[in-house]
Amino acid sequence: MLPRDLKIESFASYPPEARLLLGKHLQGIRRLPMAFVPSLLREVIDYDYRFPLERSVLEKELSTIGGLPDSQVHEWFGSFASISISPSLENFDWVNLPAQFVEKEAAYLWSTHQLDAFRKAATDYGDRLDRANQPEPLPVRRLGIAVVGQGVATYDQPLFRNLRKHGTYFSNVRAEGGLGTLFAVLEKRSEAHPAPYAHWYVDGGAARAVNAGITTISYDALTPLRNSLLKRMQTEIDRPGMGPEELRTVLARMNPSDLGITKNADPVLSRFEMKLFTEGSGTQIYSTTFAQWAARETLRRAQALTLLVRFAPRQRQRPMNELLAGGHGDADLDPDGSLIDAEMGAYYHWIDQQRLPDAERSGFIAWFEGHGSAVAIGPTMPKGAESNTAVEMEHLTSSVLT
Amino acid sequence: MNRSLYRSETPFAVSRTRRDFLRDAAGLLLGGAVLQASPFIRAESTRKKRKVVVVTFGGGARDQETFAPEGQENIPHMLSEMAPQSSFFTHVTNQGILGHYVATASLATGVYETLNNFASVAPEHPTVFEYFRKELRRPSSDAWVVAPSNGFHRIGESEVRGFGPGQGARVILPKRLLGIASAGTNADFEHLLHDNYETPLYTPALAGGEVELQQLEMILKLSIADFTSHARSLSSPDELSLYIAKRLMREEAPSLLWITMHDIDVAHSGAYSLYIDGIRRTDRLCAELWRVIQTEPEYAGNTTMFVLPDFGRDSDFDAGGNGFQHHRTGDPASRTTWMMVLGQGVRHGVVYDTPVQSVDLVPSIGAMMGFSPSQSSGNPIRELV
Repeated sequence: MLPRDLKIESFASYPPEARLLLGKHLQGIRRLPMAFVPSLLREVIDYDYRFPLERSVLEKELSTIGGLPDSQVHEWFGSFASISISPSLENFDWVNLPAQFVEKEAAYLWSTHQLDAFRKAATDYGDRLDRANQPEPLPVRRLGIAVVGQGVATYDQPLFRNLRKHGTYFSNVRAEGGLGTLFAVLEKRSEAHPAPYAHWYVDGGAARAVNAGITTISYDALTPLRNSLLKRMQTEIDRPGMGPEELRTVLARMNPSDLGITKNADPVLSRFEMKLFTEGSGTQIYSTTFAQWAARETLRRAQALTLLVRFAPRQRQRPMNELLAGGHGDADLDPDGSLIDAEMGAYYHWIDQQRLPDAERSGFIAWFEGHGSAVAIGPTMPKGAESNTAVEMEHLTSSVLT
Repeated sequence: MNRSLYRSETPFAVSRTRRDFLRDAAGLLLGGAVLQASPFIRAESTRKKRKVVVVTFGGGARDQETFAPEGQENIPHMLSEMAPQSSFFTHVTNQGILGHYVATASLATGVYETLNNFASVAPEHPTVFEYFRKELRRPSSDAWVVAPSNGFHRIGESEVRGFGPGQGARVILPKRLLGIASAGTNADFEHLLHDNYETPLYTPALAGGEVELQQLEMILKLSIADFTSHARSLSSPDELSLYIAKRLMREEAPSLLWITMHDIDVAHSGAYSLYIDGIRRTDRLCAELWRVIQTEPEYAGNTTMFVLPDFGRDSDFDAGGNGFQHHRTGDPASRTTWMMVLGQGVRHGVVYDTPVQSVDLVPSIGAMMGFSPSQSSGNPIRELV
């Protein structure tokens, strides 16, 4: 099947809201090249479980595509049209399994040396879309907070080296009450600018109690889900004929209910949580990886206005088979290694935040928990500067957004 | 959106950074200024004894964790001990598929292979080992591969007509060997046995076992007890690989030895500290191997050693990836690497910026050793031949 053959009946297995959305935009989609459409459907098929902002972005994208005159369709999608797709890919059930198609398409592009052309086409398309759809003004400037180093008593290496050049490094922050101050800022922002999935708290260990306006996910709270997934993965790989690609297909088709998530759970959030483990790599075994990946996905998908990530010590490296077997609740921890992981995780948190609208006005703080080291990045914070003046955490939280 | 974040990271910019750093830090010369007659012409008389050792710097490492200024602390041995003795190529591009098995196969054939990275298949083109043995009429004992995972067990030879089965390298899989040797014992070698990090749940099953144990005793001159006893003192799969490689060099002295490291690929787990640990370990192991080459009588003075990653890893700034964790985007950081060449016939302390490709390795080895890799799509590297 090719995109021009699509009918609304083609999407009979899609969730109801996704089907309605496609019905509205089908004419526009039918004009698009084969190399592009499954990537779009991969987003649409999950529309019912997307965050509000994701939905709005997707609706705008479809409207923009649908509104293009025929003459511009070639301009926007000509480079996708020149990508060759094998007959076996065309015959794949890409309508119902768009994510799996995209995996296979990627392998095909690699093997036919078309990956660079596809990358360029995708980047150009993203740039055009950005220009066509100016983002809505934010109700409040974005703030990112990364708390690293929990459980580390002393550390004599320089911290936050990647972040320092983008802001000011403070070596004498008053540690006492620092964590409370950061959480108070998170709560205050969620109360002042309430919106669904706008303010987030990710914890690599056990989460602190916060107000209901903050979307909270933690590694500890998701332990049953994680163990259930690992058990399911072990069962699947024991089946004859199962290989890495087949397992990915199984994971991509998985629903929260398959892993024992109750039906009265928030369907959007529970699917998001599940995908952190089914799409993330290493999230199932290392809490630091989980926290970093959760931060990335929270920013990419929900475009959080406030995101506080608190890293916790991960388990020490052990044989991969043992790690994947799960069920080691009291595993030996590696606080020092976790600090290094989290330092990089904080850097990626900032990079991911910079990819979002209004990045130049956003603020970011990374702090070595319980210690005096922090870096603060904001529009008026001097870049590459250092300060050894004694400061309170409040000074940092107010400075990064002035 | 902050567009300045997406800085232009071209392959040339990546390699220039390496060059500037090496020139400043290690006091190396730029290659263009010293390019004269080939050092291998002078070495012609010793060609018959020539040995080549290739080490893939396991699992892909990026500049900022290795040869860029901020990465130097992770490679003290390569920087201070090896770089001053080496010809260093700053701009090695891999235009192929960035999976470890397929990329290693491409390095070994001199052709960008398109085989399934996770399938148990032979390279689609003749390997360097087949060219070497066929043209120089060398016995099977003269070409060996020490490989990290069961998935590499067919890397030694293709199925191409005129080459193929029985005409390539013998492949030794140290982890498999250890698994067989320790079967039925209570020893815990799990930390040395995990197969790969790209698909950690899968270890391709291989038939046999007796042949490997014979390798242990007949070729490596190691009893099962000695082998397992030594393995207890090792902390990683690559340390095990080096141990086996050293035994091979002592007992078999192959003229063409290929060692594939892969500890660094633990980066797929997303734990940055473990990735850095892997780089530091690999740096130490490469230096140790270089010292062995310089002291083993069969190798000292007549061996050329190549060290190169099979590819890099994704840039921090490519939104399609997740930084160091994977090598999926095909961006310049993941495609552009370096190569260090040391030993016989190699100019010391020279940095070359000229772009070369992964597939140029096999023709270069061919030119050094005196065989013609007819099906390779690469070219001999002018600065080496």
